[in-house]
Amino acid sequence: MKKAAYSFPEEVLEHVFSFIISDKDRSSISLVCKSWYEIERWCRRKVFVGNCYAVSPPILIKRFPELRSVTLKGKPHFADFNLVPEGWGGFACPWIRAMAGAYPWLEEIRLKRMVVSDESLEIIAKSFRNFKVLVLSSCEGFTTEGLAAIAANCRNLRELDLRESEVEDLSGRWLSDFPDSYTSLESLNISCLGNEVNLLALERLVSRCPNLKTLRLNRAVPLDRLPNLLRGAPQLAELGTGAYTSEMRPDVFSNLAEAFAGCKQLKTLSGFWDVLPSYLPAVYPICSQLISLNLSYATVQSPELIKLVSLCEKLQKLWVLDYIEDDGLEVLAASCKDLRELRVFPSDPFGLEPNVALTEQGLVSVSEGCPKLQSVLYFCRQMSNAALNTIARNRPNLTRFRLCIIEPRSPDYLTLQPLDDGFGAIVEHCKDLRRLSLSGLLTDRVFEYIGTYGKKLEMLSVAFAGDSDLGLHHVLSGCDNLRKLEIRDCPFGDKALLANAAKLETMRSLWMSSCSVSFGACKVLGQKMPRLNVEVMDESGPPDSRPESSPVEKLYVYRTVAGPRLDMPGFVWTMDDDSALRIS
Amino acid sequence: MATSASAYENDIKNLKATELTLGLPGTHLQENIPIIDQEKSSASSSSNKRPLQLPHEETSPAQDCGSKCSNIAKNTDDDAAPPPSKAKIVGWPPIRSYRKNSLQEQSEAAGGIYVKVSMDGAPYLRKIDLKIYGGYPQLLKSLENMFKLTIGEYSEKEGYKGSDYAPTYEDKDGDWMLVGDVPWDMFVTSCKRLRIMKGSEARGLGCAV
Repeated sequence: MKKAAYSFPEEVLEHVFSFIISDKDRSSISLVCKSWYEIERWCRRKVFVGNCYAVSPPILIKRFPELRSVTLKGKPHFADFNLVPEGWGGFACPWIRAMAGAYPWLEEIRLKRMVVSDESLEIIAKSFRNFKVLVLSSCEGFTTEGLAAIAANCRNLRELDLRESEVEDLSGRWLSDFPDSYTSLESLNISCLGNEVNLLALERLVSRCPNLKTLRLNRAVPLDRLPNLLRGAPQLAELGTGAYTSEMRPDVFSNLAEAFAGCKQLKTLSGFWDVLPSYLPAVYPICSQLISLNLSYATVQSPELIKLVSLCEKLQKLWVLDYIEDDGLEVLAASCKDLRELRVFPSDPFGLEPNVALTEQGLVSVSEGCPKLQSVLYFCRQMSNAALNTIARNRPNLTRFRLCIIEPRSPDYLTLQPLDDGFGAIVEHCKDLRRLSLSGLLTDRVFEYIGTYGKKLEMLSVAFAGDSDLGLHHVLSGCDNLRKLEIRDCPFGDKALLANAAKLETMRSLWMSSCSVSFGACKVLGQKMPRLNVEVMDESGPPDSRPESSPVEKLYVYRTVAGPRLDMPGFVWTMDDDSALRIS
Repeated sequence: MATSASAYENDIKNLKATELTLGLPGTHLQENIPIIDQEKSSASSSSNKRPLQLPHEETSPAQDCGSKCSNIAKNTDDDAAPPPSKAKIVGWPPIRSYRKNSLQEQSEAAGGIYVKVSMDGAPYLRKIDLKIYGGYPQLLKSLENMFKLTIGEYSEKEGYKGSDYAPTYEDKDGDWMLVGDVPWDMFVTSCKRLRIMKGSEARGLGCAV
């Protein structure tokens, strides 16, 4: 027997492993040999579970008995766009309960797209003595009462981040439940809350926490209270304003400008609801130090946006409404040479006519002028293959490219051809592309390009595209690193799905809604692949009440070691061995 | 006035023809409805229907999937095509609800008086908030900047002299009026939309008054 594995005492290996933080690397370490697996699992402190149904609390706890930080994700991404019905799942409670018992020293819980109850928050508040970080991203199901429990009990809390969650805001009183002796807050994000919090309590909290670096207020915090808050936290690095409007009074403006100027470390700005344009210049003094600017709620016109953006020479991330227009993006391209990420949101998403002069040209300008641009999310109303080609050639370093042409199936507006070649150019030239969202008129050919060139692609979103199963087949058979595939309203059916069943076990999940996958095929898939959960969603009744060949409304397939889940609502059916036999 | 109204109607139809549209000619469902009456419906008027048969569909190579597959695709396509042009597609465009709500709330809360502005010959309409202007001079300046033109001086007798352009607006009664005739506050509350007329028609309007 080789003695190599035993040449280091366990403690030494443990110490070495403690420098390895990446999940992938940790996973690789655990596969080396049995003893390394054992050592690794005892010293793993941080775990990321990309799909809460891929594993179960007992399995997690059994393997990793000493965790300090857990991240869980629940609902599929398309839940963001109301495609997942209420009650689908992603319940945090069983996890919180189990962890409360197993991990008394747990410090961090991060949840995304999960249903979190007040009860869960109370359990968190009372079970973990050293609890430090709570991030609830796009979660729902809790009220400000749950937050009160956290505030009152978590003496060592550093971070409370409710980003984009849906909170039932019963009262702003909860903030006062942080005791006067509590001073360890470093990051607070309450931007999603609807009601006003107790402003005096907020001011006191902010000024007594010397390490507060991130403060994202909600819309209800009036602008005239902002200077006081800023003066209480001059060390702030990230600020989200509340409503950016007030009666036009000269003292409010000068107060504000002075307060901003006093925040020498401020690098990130967001908020800006209800912007009164004449107040924007208050931030001009700090523009030159900003690296991230989120103006995606700011309904101001292009000239104001241009003035602001042109002063932010260090800007790396910009989120903005399409009010910025092509002209504004041209200025952005000329002024912000360090730009890494651009997101342009539509100001009038449901309007038939364009309300702003924003076209593909804006994106082309930015692709030309910003050499470090890696990540793009762009809503527009027209696109051409030529523009996409130019963008691809200009920016082969793109890693995330999400384009939404608002009208489904829009062709190249110049040639009236599909946009296959344009997106093809993107995947061909951007060799490190990890995330791609398609739109416009697309045939199977674009999927051929994606399968051929998208070797690093991890996440693909498709809507209203393709002609046949061949499209789906190209993607499933060609994209070696595909983890998440979400498809809606495409004519993809049984053949491609069943032919590539094995591929699905190498991915985190597949979502298909309003496609042509038949109930029969779902059953076959469920039977064939025991390590996949094949879930059919149908709000119009049990799928077996219709012929086997009828297409299912929604299909969600994911790999799991936990077997079929037991918390499915009435409109979700799982196609496993048992049910497949039962139904047929 | 009657003749100028019908001349205007023709102009509206022509304006529609010059508007930038997506999709192949003939696929726009609401072509014959004048803009003034067109309700703001969602983007899905022609969305679930495919555009006219494109050449590539006929010449594409034999596909792997059998006829059953393509039949299913065709059937679901037909079944799924929603007739009502005002039906919104669920979850499209892919924007989070809090964003949509926020935009809506802001436009309601701001109490802005948004009116569309069209200019003869321009492919895009613009939208402005009349509330942000203090009076006619600011409005006209803004329009001049927006459309890169000069409007000229207003005079009660001669309308807008000295330029090819005349700003007009549609009031609550549906009549097209010259901007500047009524007091500013009255204008702001009665204006439904603006149109910058060009050329001989513009000059004619001034003189007729």
